[in-house]
Amino acid sequence: MDAIVVEGLEKRYKQVRALDGVSFGVREGEVFGLLGPNGAGKSTTVRILATLTKSDAGRAEVAGHDVRREAGKVRRAIGYVPQDSGVDQYGTGRENLMLQGHVQGMGGAELKQRVAELLGLVGIADAADRIVKTYSGGMRRRLDIALGLVHRPKVLFLDEPTTGLDPEARVQMWAEVGRLARQESLTILLTTHYLEEADELADRLAIVSRGQIVVEGTPPQLKATLRGDAVHLVLSNGRMDDACRIVERLGATPETVTDDRTLVARVENGNRALPGILSALDQDGIGVESVGVSRPSLDDVYLHYTGRDFAAEDRGEA
Amino acid sequence: MKLLSDTWFMVVRQARNLMREPIWIALLLIQPMVWLVLYSQLFHNAPKLGGFGTTSYVTFLAPAIVVMNSFFGATWSGMAMINDLDHKVIERFLATPASRFAIVLSQIVRSAITAAIQAVIILVVAVALGVHVHSGVGGWVIVILAAILVNSAFSGLSQGIALLTRREATMIALANFIGLPLLFVSTTLIARAQMPSWMRVAAHANPMDWGVRAAREVVLPGTSWGTVGLYLVFLLVLSAVTAGFATWCFRAYERTL
Repeated sequence: MDAIVVEGLEKRYKQVRALDGVSFGVREGEVFGLLGPNGAGKSTTVRILATLTKSDAGRAEVAGHDVRREAGKVRRAIGYVPQDSGVDQYGTGRENLMLQGHVQGMGGAELKQRVAELLGLVGIADAADRIVKTYSGGMRRRLDIALGLVHRPKVLFLDEPTTGLDPEARVQMWAEVGRLARQESLTILLTTHYLEEADELADRLAIVSRGQIVVEGTPPQLKATLRGDAVHLVLSNGRMDDACRIVERLGATPETVTDDRTLVARVENGNRALPGILSALDQDGIGVESVGVSRPSLDDVYLHYTGRDFAAEDRGEA
Repeated sequence: MKLLSDTWFMVVRQARNLMREPIWIALLLIQPMVWLVLYSQLFHNAPKLGGFGTTSYVTFLAPAIVVMNSFFGATWSGMAMINDLDHKVIERFLATPASRFAIVLSQIVRSAITAAIQAVIILVVAVALGVHVHSGVGGWVIVILAAILVNSAFSGLSQGIALLTRREATMIALANFIGLPLLFVSTTLIARAQMPSWMRVAAHANPMDWGVRAAREVVLPGTSWGTVGLYLVFLLVLSAVTAGFATWCFRAYERTL
């Protein structure tokens, strides 16, 4: 059975079309990633699934319950870890967890024990009785996740779990999430705008862009669709059309032109093809400022399917 | 049942956070005393004008200060809601089976508990200043009840406005806008007999004045229990109405998500 079923979700905020027909499915026990730049509609999707926001059209089921008609059942089955924490900063970690358990209908020794267990599990047991305001960013994020897990949910939503963390804390968090998924036998839906994060954590992922799912698959599958390496060439005198022709003649596929100077060409083996490409360009008098060869990455996948540069889109430049 | 238990746990959270603010506790205790001491000194000779029902101004004033203090507390009670909204604490509750009404109700109850604690402090100080509560223990209970009801009536309103505006600046402006006018169009500081006639009429429509009259009735001699009961029932009904308003505002807020 699918833990999450999403069909044709649409959502508008005044003039902005946040979701424009989003559909996907998440299998039980899987870590599923929604990858996309800021403003792509990932958070809106998660908020609808967590029953916070109501969609304008389409339907969604979480843990077998319709998010509209059976919101109460969904809320008992899910843990929601929002982008902006939502912890009570003036309470301690333990108090926050106890309250969360109480509103989830837990209590007594069972809750106390569960809270102690979780504090250890996410590694903040030493800080359990300190006011959250004194926590570091990483510790707060751990508490956030623990809050989502108190009542042993079947499905956990992690909205941008590592945004705002330093690189070291981010890597730690990745290890943590992977471990939790196994230990708590959870289905996890996570959103991220970090390509590495999706690559690292997600069993399967969907790329979201401008309110739509662009493509769905496992990270290796998505990268495989690109066949071969990417050769990046930055031209110094801007004869893009000529350069494309030459590259094509040599059996490479000029894939996308991100600006007027950068040419990305797909080729079976980048390292082998590069000398030939460079000398052919040189013979034609086309100057090359810099070159690079990369194995297919999710960056390339994004570029391939949307025709837009991920980083630029994420900064809101597209 | 879920409503009651959720409300309880949410009230505990808010109360515990407040107890961690030493300055807040100090002000909570001192503020009402300041009102009582300052006003009773300033208007010491007012009873000579007549119509006060007592020659001791502090006796006339003490029950009204209890109500005034709870009224002012109520006008600010929405600030805590705005703080919780800003920090997304409310959103976190919304993704759980927490009772929606408990989220609103807990804020009102927390505010009312504060008002009740302050009421006791003011009464104790008043007794130390020589005030005699004419109807005894029952009188104390009525004064505290009046404080609680005035507080919940206005904090329901304050919570609703907090949920609609979700801005501290707007809340502050609004609290100031209604606070002093309602204080002056009431018998809090001065006897009815000494008010201009239009104000006497206007005071009838002022819920804070309902609380003042009920509280004063039991402190001064010649208590009319019918009057006390009537005003308390008015306040109870109004509290239910404003709690309903706050809940409606909460639904409106949910729809904006």
